[in-house]
Amino acid sequence: MSRAVTQAAAPRRGGGARETGTQNGGSFFARLLRDMRMNRYIYLMAIPVLAYFILFHYIPMGGAVIAFMDYVPAKGILASKWVGFDNFISFFTSFQFGRLLKNTILLSLLQLIWGFPLPILLALLINEVHSPRFKKGVQTISYMPHFISLVVICGIIQDFTSSEGVITQLFSLFGGPDSNLLLKPELFRTIYVASGVWQECGWGSIIYLSAMSAIDPGLYEAALIDGANRFKQLVHITIPCILPTIVILFIMRMGNVMSLGFEKVILLYNPNIYETADIISSYVYRRGLVEFDYSFSSAVGLFNSVINFALLVTVNRISSKVSEISLW
Amino acid sequence: MAAIRKSAGDRVFDVCNYCLLILLSVIFLYPMLHVLFASFSDPARLISHRGILLYPKGFTLTGYGIVFKDRNTLLGYANTLFYMVVGTGLNLLLTSMGAYVLSRKSFMLKKAMSVMLVVTMYFSGGLIPNFLLVKSLGMYDNRLALILPTAISAYNLIVMRTAFSQLPDGLEESAKIDGANDFTILFRIVLPVSMSVVAVMVLFYAVGHWNGWFNAYIYLRTRTKYPLALFLRETLIENRISADMEFTDSAESFFTKALIKYCTIIVSTVPILVIYPFLQKYFAKGVMVGSLKG
Repeated sequence: MSRAVTQAAAPRRGGGARETGTQNGGSFFARLLRDMRMNRYIYLMAIPVLAYFILFHYIPMGGAVIAFMDYVPAKGILASKWVGFDNFISFFTSFQFGRLLKNTILLSLLQLIWGFPLPILLALLINEVHSPRFKKGVQTISYMPHFISLVVICGIIQDFTSSEGVITQLFSLFGGPDSNLLLKPELFRTIYVASGVWQECGWGSIIYLSAMSAIDPGLYEAALIDGANRFKQLVHITIPCILPTIVILFIMRMGNVMSLGFEKVILLYNPNIYETADIISSYVYRRGLVEFDYSFSSAVGLFNSVINFALLVTVNRISSKVSEISLW
Repeated sequence: MAAIRKSAGDRVFDVCNYCLLILLSVIFLYPMLHVLFASFSDPARLISHRGILLYPKGFTLTGYGIVFKDRNTLLGYANTLFYMVVGTGLNLLLTSMGAYVLSRKSFMLKKAMSVMLVVTMYFSGGLIPNFLLVKSLGMYDNRLALILPTAISAYNLIVMRTAFSQLPDGLEESAKIDGANDFTILFRIVLPVSMSVVAVMVLFYAVGHWNGWFNAYIYLRTRTKYPLALFLRETLIENRISADMEFTDSAESFFTKALIKYCTIIVSTVPILVIYPFLQKYFAKGVMVGSLKG
């Protein structure tokens, strides 16, 4: 209630009806009701938005309880039997578990190691270009792959890595294998990560370029007078200035480590290379929507989400301790 | 950085930088160029060619003829356009309403609603519960399944909210005094002055609908409802050629099949590649606002 008073302490005239809703005290609900009456159109607009998030996001979160059930679609959620952690236990003890965990983590880490720094490097290179036209040209070209649909990208990958494909032929010149590369388990991660970097590197550099364009030019001028060469300016001005952006993006990236793009995996893999290509989310898809094992695959999916969330929270906590940069 | 006098080191740096960027541009560009050249090439010569293609081998439009005559291509295009236009329209309507509501400083549920949105960015029920929900809502094999479940992206809503809350207060207040309600303010005043963020939203959502295939893949069964991406998947990933494209001569069919793939890629990708450079100036804005603190 005290908050309502402070809010109303500086009433603005001419603001019309909006402020009056919070002017007087009363319980939260009384104030809310008054606010609703005064600003009914605002609430009217909020309804479909709230309804969307409840229906398509929060109800499925509740629906995840089927992970603890033996869910039978014909019976529905209410009549299905509770089985506690059985689904989780059978996942943890299955021979798939170790392989899936390893594949997911390895693929994510590789993607992070290559996919995270390269856009920063690209942005640094582009930032050093003086000619605006050349700069814009390079940027436009580097964004292009981002706009090609995933199905098409995977179609191109399949074609280029087939036994007659360009990539296969180029690499066979250097002693690589002369047969379909997507049938080789040891090459899947390379293909996945390299094509991902190719597709998203340019797009990922945008944000760093905007951060760099916000740097005060006076800093560079001062450095120039002090005799710093281009490389020194890069190390001592550009990089420290974009560091907060880098850290925030890194935290956000960590929160998605386990939610790898499984759509791409599903488009590219085949049973021959499951040993390296099958990841947790593609396994959820196969068990759930191909084999209709709803409860089991929900349990696997929930496990994945929980790890993801835990990672995000941990990295964010470390970051806010070390650098005082935090997502929330 | 008005250089007083470029040192030799700086000049070497520049030359290396330009060379590296040109090389990278070639890498970014080449795969699409290869597909483009291959799509015009004589299939018999193409198959015997090894390595990098620098220009079309021979010239033929056979592949394009087949792809444009194919009913699936046209059907897929029409369906994708439908999903894109209707979907993006609904996306824009709901996202701008949500963004407007959250940009009102006095809205009492602002904090609660923001938290509610941000949570969905990091936590979801997962694939299976979502699938079961859509099924139980009767949207299985229904066009709505490609439109309603993705009606709002929390990320985009936050981008838009940030843009709206940077508008000067006076703008709406004078309208309020004139008796305009919030719907009028949003659609007549706020949206028209925020065209750059609207452009970003249209681009993000439309590209999402254009490229999306997974929801269509799991929710749609009737082929007449398929978006282009699903037909692309059949041609490119499963190597299935539609009935319209069957050939009697098997040798010709073998050659032409490869050609059709390349032509399909070009036909399905060119529209978006032609449009995005014109919207480029808006990208930085949209990407920037969204990823730094909601």
